[in-house]
Amino acid sequence: MRWCAILLPAMLYAAVAAAEVPVPSPPRGDGAQCVEPTEVMRRDHMKFLMHQRDETMHRGIRTTKHSLVECLSCHTRKDDEGRFVSINAPGEFCQECHAYSGVTMDCFGCHATTPRQPTSRSAQSLGRLLSDTSFRLHIQP
Amino acid sequence: MPATKRGTQINENRRRWLGGAGAAATVLTLAPGVRLLDLALARSEEEPVSERVRWGMLVDSTKCAQGCTDCVDACSDEHGLTGMGRPQTDAQYIRKLDLKDKTTGKAYSLPLMCQHCETPPCVDVCPTGASFRRADGIVLVDKHICIGCRYCMMACPYKARSFVHEDLTSQVPETPRGKGTVESCNFCVHRVDRDREPACVEACAQAGHNALVFGDLNDADGALARKLEELPSRQIREDLGLNTGVRYHGV
Amino acid sequence: MEHDTAMTSVRYQTLDGQSVGYWALLALLALLVAVGYAAAHYMEVQGHHVTGMTNQIVWGTPHVFAVFLIVAASGILNVASLSSVFGKYDYKPLARLSALLSMSLLVGGLIVLVLDLGRPDRLIVAMTYYNFKSIFAWNIFLYIGFLLVVAVYLWMMFEPRMNRYSKPAGFTAFIWRFVLTTGTGSIFGFLVARQAYDAAIMAPLFIIMSLSFGTAIFLLVLLASFDWSGRPVGDDILRRLKNLLGIFVAAVLYMTMVYHLTNLYATEHHAVERFLLVDGGVYTLVFWLLQILAGGVVPLVLLFAPQFGQSRASLVTAAVLVIVGGLAQIYVIIIGAQAFPLMMFPGMEVSSTFYDGVVNEYAPSVPEILLGLGGIALSLLVAVVAMRVLPFLPERAGKPTPVSAAEPTPAEAAG
Repeated sequence: MRWCAILLPAMLYAAVAAAEVPVPSPPRGDGAQCVEPTEVMRRDHMKFLMHQRDETMHRGIRTTKHSLVECLSCHTRKDDEGRFVSINAPGEFCQECHAYSGVTMDCFGCHATTPRQPTSRSAQSLGRLLSDTSFRLHIQP
Repeated sequence: MPATKRGTQINENRRRWLGGAGAAATVLTLAPGVRLLDLALARSEEEPVSERVRWGMLVDSTKCAQGCTDCVDACSDEHGLTGMGRPQTDAQYIRKLDLKDKTTGKAYSLPLMCQHCETPPCVDVCPTGASFRRADGIVLVDKHICIGCRYCMMACPYKARSFVHEDLTSQVPETPRGKGTVESCNFCVHRVDRDREPACVEACAQAGHNALVFGDLNDADGALARKLEELPSRQIREDLGLNTGVRYHGV
Repeated sequence: MEHDTAMTSVRYQTLDGQSVGYWALLALLALLVAVGYAAAHYMEVQGHHVTGMTNQIVWGTPHVFAVFLIVAASGILNVASLSSVFGKYDYKPLARLSALLSMSLLVGGLIVLVLDLGRPDRLIVAMTYYNFKSIFAWNIFLYIGFLLVVAVYLWMMFEPRMNRYSKPAGFTAFIWRFVLTTGTGSIFGFLVARQAYDAAIMAPLFIIMSLSFGTAIFLLVLLASFDWSGRPVGDDILRRLKNLLGIFVAAVLYMTMVYHLTNLYATEHHAVERFLLVDGGVYTLVFWLLQILAGGVVPLVLLFAPQFGQSRASLVTAAVLVIVGGLAQIYVIIIGAQAFPLMMFPGMEVSSTFYDGVVNEYAPSVPEILLGLGGIALSLLVAVVAMRVLPFLPERAGKPTPVSAAEPTPAEAAG
């Protein structure tokens, strides 16, 4: 009973506080649907990324379904000058929820936060487009 | 963010490319008819790398032009090695060495990078296993578990590794790299996995030097093995018995 | 023999810990620890470019301090081993202090080592991912195991009902510290890449270094803690420790000589030896002036020349010099060896943008030095607090009246 007396006000306070803190609204990605249902992605995206990380790093498996690079290609936005905005910038896709949930990401100390930024020189852009991982250059016999 | 709009441009581009220009793109990566891997060894996307392949390289020092840094520049561009203007601590995956024989005075020029040893000392000493050798012979650092102890840098006979000395923001998607971890040449593993040559090899060929030949050491009919048969070659610090994946001719 | 009665009559007491001096010492050490931590934090936030370390000199001053402390930690336990393993019961009253210092020095050294990692926040990774071919990975087990073994040994000594097990516990600790220092020396001994390493003698060299540095630190802590808390130290025990220190200092000089002679035998190593011994600039100076002269020859004179033989001042001076020489020796081993260029193309002049073929430059930066000093301060702080909390110090050390102390026996020297 005593626990209830403590818990109840605490829960009430939490509810009120929650009402005051806006629920995160990460920007929608491109396309109709992510690689997994949204509910699954919300809960398990880190597991997919972790699994993919070891598969790619150690076994050279570069399927794109759960690749972080693919997250960037759908979920980064561009600013008015046409440059990509970092996916971990405040309000952007990753940071919006992670700031809300208070979970620090250790991804972007090393990983790029945008796709390759477009450059003015067309030749270079072509080279970069070619090296963009979204291209499947591996031809099957 | 009112100032941002959806980055759909790249995706439109991508769809267009995937639809129309896929075949052209393939042709651009390697000369027609040339593949890194024999069709029998080519793996599908879901298949892990295997020991049937061992990636290696031959550096033909006689074709390497003194003062040319095309391979180094291509590497920097490929991996986003922008540098901080601090040569003592800036990363170099590949560097050009100028050699001069003390007796004869003859000068040599060659690039030096991770030699992708069969028995790499860096892998032996790494306490966490972050420094590892992939089944196909490419020596890599798993930066997810690298603690930055630099023991591998002490152990490498080629000084092939760099330590990231500061926060970075210039990373490219294909080469994650960050403060406090060790890195080195990875044979452009993201390209090799997609049947493309490392950036340095491509740049050397584009410059018309063709001093670098990349390929499968295990493939007796491949371009690399044929070249190794044709030209006498050596390993650097052969005395250590590391069986390096990178071989040198003409020095 | 009378040592059995001496053993039972030893009474241990905590430090009073009320004096201004005690609190001042505590405050000073705490300040140094705080400054050291701040320096480490600065290096971690900024990245290592603010240190003297580079892609050429990858291990710097923090490693010198860390390796010194870790090596000395192993050697300082020798005083306890003398009674528990070699039956020299005159040292028995000092065994607790010896074990305490071995733990606190190891903790200080390890903290410096960890705080210098590129990713100290990933300590948990170092504890959960192991590559068992790596000597570093072995050492993680050796270091943690050492702390556990010595903790158990201390418990056996403190708890009267457990006293009878203190001998086997002491013996385990004795074996463990030999393996531990073998591991520390092998970090360098097994590196084939560098000219100055790749030498099996590194392991025994490090063991003898540990005995020398450890004995010197023990002497200083013994004299300070006893003098400052009004406990008498008998001349007999000091003379024994003095003779031990002298033997160890001489042995370090001998092993250093053998190391260089071994290298000099192979002509291919003449270049690196020439660098270290003749024209290596600061490293040659540090080697001859600090390591050999100040850390070896002068202490031997102070310890054994009849003019200085009985003076405590000369004993303290000798111990301080041995510590300075020890730091100098590890500086030359770690940094001097990295300064010498890798020999990839014998007979060729080599140049590149990556400092191939040239002597690499290194200057210790302030944060590195502060981190190292913070590690030493932490070791002492732990010891000073522990002496206040638990009865580590006996009422007295040695015999009350000066007697003609025996020269150390071979068994003591071998300890």
